[in-house]
Amino acid sequence: MKDLSMNATLRFAIACAVVGALFAPAAGGAQENKPWEQIPTPPLHAFSPHQPKRIELKNGIVLFLQEDHELPFVSGSVLIPGGSRDEAAAEAGMIGLYGQTWRTSGTEKLNGDAMDDLLEAKAAHIETGGDNDSTALSWDSLKGDSDDVYALAMELLFRPRFDEEKLQLAKQQVSTGIVRRNDNESGIAGRESAKLVYGADSPYTRQPELATIGAVSLADLNAWHDRTLRGKLIVSVGGDFDPVMMEAKLRATFEPLAQAKPLPAHREAFAETSPGLYFINKENVNQSNIQIVGLGTDRHNPDVPALAVMNNILGGGFSSRLFQKIRTEKGLAYAVTGSYGYTYDHPGLFRVTVLTKSASTIDAAKEAIAQIMGLTTTPFTEVELKRAKDDILNSFLFQYDTRDKVLAERVRFEFYGYPADYLETYKAAIEKVTLADVTAVAKKYIHPDKLAVLVVGNGPDIKPGLEDLNMGPAHPVDITIPQSEQEKKP
Amino acid sequence: MRSRGFSPLWMCLLGLGLAAFAAGSMGAQDLKAFERKITTKVLPNGLTLLICERPEAPVFSYTTFIDAGDVNDPSGESGLAHMFEHLAFKGTSQIGTTDYVAEKTALAKVEAANDAYEAEYLKPVGRDEAKLAELKKAFLASQAEAEKYVIPNEFTEVAQRDGATGLNASTGLDQTIYFWSMPENRLELWAWLESGRLSDTVPREFYKERDVVNEERRMRTDSSPIGRMIEQFLATAYVVHNYGRSGVGWPSEVGQITATEAMDFHKKYYVGSNIVVAVVGDVKAAEVMPMLERYFSKVPGGQKPEDMTTVEPKQFAEKSVVIREQTQPFYIEGYHRPGYRDPDNSVYDAISDILSNGRVSRLYRNLVRDQRIAAGASGFSPFPGEKYPGLFAFFAVPLPGHTPAEMREAIYKEIDKLKTTDVTDAELEMFKTRTRADLLRGLADNQGLANALAEYQTRYGDWRELFLELDRVDKVTKADIRRVANQVFIDSNRTSAEIDTQPAGAKGANGGGR
Repeated sequence: MKDLSMNATLRFAIACAVVGALFAPAAGGAQENKPWEQIPTPPLHAFSPHQPKRIELKNGIVLFLQEDHELPFVSGSVLIPGGSRDEAAAEAGMIGLYGQTWRTSGTEKLNGDAMDDLLEAKAAHIETGGDNDSTALSWDSLKGDSDDVYALAMELLFRPRFDEEKLQLAKQQVSTGIVRRNDNESGIAGRESAKLVYGADSPYTRQPELATIGAVSLADLNAWHDRTLRGKLIVSVGGDFDPVMMEAKLRATFEPLAQAKPLPAHREAFAETSPGLYFINKENVNQSNIQIVGLGTDRHNPDVPALAVMNNILGGGFSSRLFQKIRTEKGLAYAVTGSYGYTYDHPGLFRVTVLTKSASTIDAAKEAIAQIMGLTTTPFTEVELKRAKDDILNSFLFQYDTRDKVLAERVRFEFYGYPADYLETYKAAIEKVTLADVTAVAKKYIHPDKLAVLVVGNGPDIKPGLEDLNMGPAHPVDITIPQSEQEKKP
Repeated sequence: MRSRGFSPLWMCLLGLGLAAFAAGSMGAQDLKAFERKITTKVLPNGLTLLICERPEAPVFSYTTFIDAGDVNDPSGESGLAHMFEHLAFKGTSQIGTTDYVAEKTALAKVEAANDAYEAEYLKPVGRDEAKLAELKKAFLASQAEAEKYVIPNEFTEVAQRDGATGLNASTGLDQTIYFWSMPENRLELWAWLESGRLSDTVPREFYKERDVVNEERRMRTDSSPIGRMIEQFLATAYVVHNYGRSGVGWPSEVGQITATEAMDFHKKYYVGSNIVVAVVGDVKAAEVMPMLERYFSKVPGGQKPEDMTTVEPKQFAEKSVVIREQTQPFYIEGYHRPGYRDPDNSVYDAISDILSNGRVSRLYRNLVRDQRIAAGASGFSPFPGEKYPGLFAFFAVPLPGHTPAEMREAIYKEIDKLKTTDVTDAELEMFKTRTRADLLRGLADNQGLANALAEYQTRYGDWRELFLELDRVDKVTKADIRRVANQVFIDSNRTSAEIDTQPAGAKGANGGGR
């Protein structure tokens, strides 16, 4: 994650000059000069992203300190391994409930409502939340309040109270989300298409139901808390503080903890996507949401830099193939995106999304499929490669242009076990990507026959109908929301 | 273009038409520190350049703020400002074309062919279908001819290839803004691109882009229960003023906007005196101002277009909209309030903060936590715009088994409390503290700061108001809150809309006034 100073800048300047030469001369020759190419690109001001101080305690807990004295605030977080992918299927939604109830219940000494009063009067915040692979506690406040707010946050971390009434409150919030989840067309499309790839019962797609959240008890939340707190915590603090004092404070809190026990690694098997055509009827819309999906990869895969370039050509920005063809040339969609996804520790999704009026569903779906097939049949050009690499490399700076972003990246790499200089090596790898590399990864990873196509839309208005896709009959997907046992009883 | 992506329910509501920053400000000390960082210059064409030096990293963000939005769309042309915004990504006579001279001629033919087609299409009687088909064919042919000269998306390609990030635009009712962030050594390239598209827009690929905008409408409004409800709610709340008109445009109107109309809008509203360009980041005003001046002087001068003179008449009858469909229930209501220059502007901010901000807010504590009838509830203003008198609106999302009617009753109770009992000292103090802190927090973000500085420079003629607003916030009293609540939250000034859930199998959507 070094600076983008002299060498890189010179490279950019040279790169830009080359791009100019690569573009085909204008037809008719009337507009040969490209005035913007005459505009100088001076060397970028010297910059090296400010790295946080990393301290690994003997018990395995890692601390990050990122000073930033621009504004009088201090913020911090504790990232805790373990999330909804680790919860029991019969209690799907438990982590969501935990993430809410932890904070709203408050500490042994101070209940959550009293915490709200205290913090909001200082314009400060302490929040908790749960994610797929982790839970977190975070805080922020004005500098003058930071000692008090830190102390309170640590009370919440080590001495929470988990209150039954607040659990009920969280359940009512989650249940509202469940009964409303079929109101939003894009929500349905995103959720159901992911299930076609990972399977409906996968820890990455299973969804809370009224019955599963009903099964969650206070004892579950307490047990989860006690168990995960013994994991490898990552503590990060950023802002306007004295680094010596802050380090001493964090050490005093976290050094006495027992040796951290890492969670067992995830070893799920990822089944092949069930290819074919799927349909969900939604009466009150006039636009179809088309999803074309398959399994992606993770960032450990050395092909990721080449895939990133391929993604940019496919769906990155205005000049991508999907955007140019489906939006600009054909006017078929406002929203059109696509990429071969990669996440940090499990396969992401390949996903192409197009939203188009009911009547043009077939046109748009065919065109999107053609663009996917084109990844292996329409040769990539030097112009496309250059443009995509310039896009990625010239905006790379925005990955670490604030100290907050640098801190967040370092925490992320630490959490997923990537080297601290991951961004630097990733960027260097992007620079080296060749046309042959992109062609090779497209051939290796793009298999149109293994993709599932899901259409959510207004059936009677989709004319011509889905049979025109020649993918066989569309399998209907049932999205009925199961009622809870209680509701079933009259 | 508006922002791409899908916002959750709350953001969708709260994001609409709200100022980039909550009202409020910091102390005089902070303002002084900022005075040293900011340089403004009004060019001879009336355009204001504002530079804020923040050399934290070698990047900058900019916001171009046009003091015109869909509220300015002429009658029968709703959605025009937004349509023009899309056009502003299509390039100029110098970028996006292989031969502008030939393209210009071809574009004139497209316009003529479209006019001929529309004239036949719109004939009230005696439309000749055969002729119409011919005219359509001729129109498509002229379009194809013009497209021969187009280098599609070259404008955005050059920007993105050179590192533009967060490139987008948004059209509100009150304003149109364009923005992105870039490495600082691309400042001159940006100035060339931005000044070019402001002064030299070419109505390229207009009719295909109109199809794109129609898809945007289907996504945001037609296919979204909340989108449909908000459109009906505003159309009912306003009798005369353009705040009641669909911002993205009514289908029959946005579907027939012509390139000529879009260019007329540009000519009238994209004049220097109607534009503020703010740049925030690693730039030195003394070094770059002459260069920026050179580029942005290209923007045509001209008088600032006159403000709309239409005033919404005082509402004297309560109005409501009931939508019956297979969607979960929802409730929203609104009361007319004055525009942002009203001396009570900060009082409205205090009311919405006390009612809606966080788990300490009254609506959360009463409707969500204690009565357990709602998943969320909020009071916010101004909506849908701030320049002209907007609404103070309330919404609530019923929990399963609860109804819009219960939401209405619970909100009324909260309103009555505001009218009859003073808010507490702690509540008022909290509003003031949070307003100050939120403003401070926003200063660490180049793009957010550029938006706010451009907005305040436009709305008040002086960016300092972003900070000076603190005085007005500090002066808000408990008595002010009671007075304003009694003035505004009255039955005859209210419009409400609700979604009543229709069981599956019943007839489809069937909404309307009552």
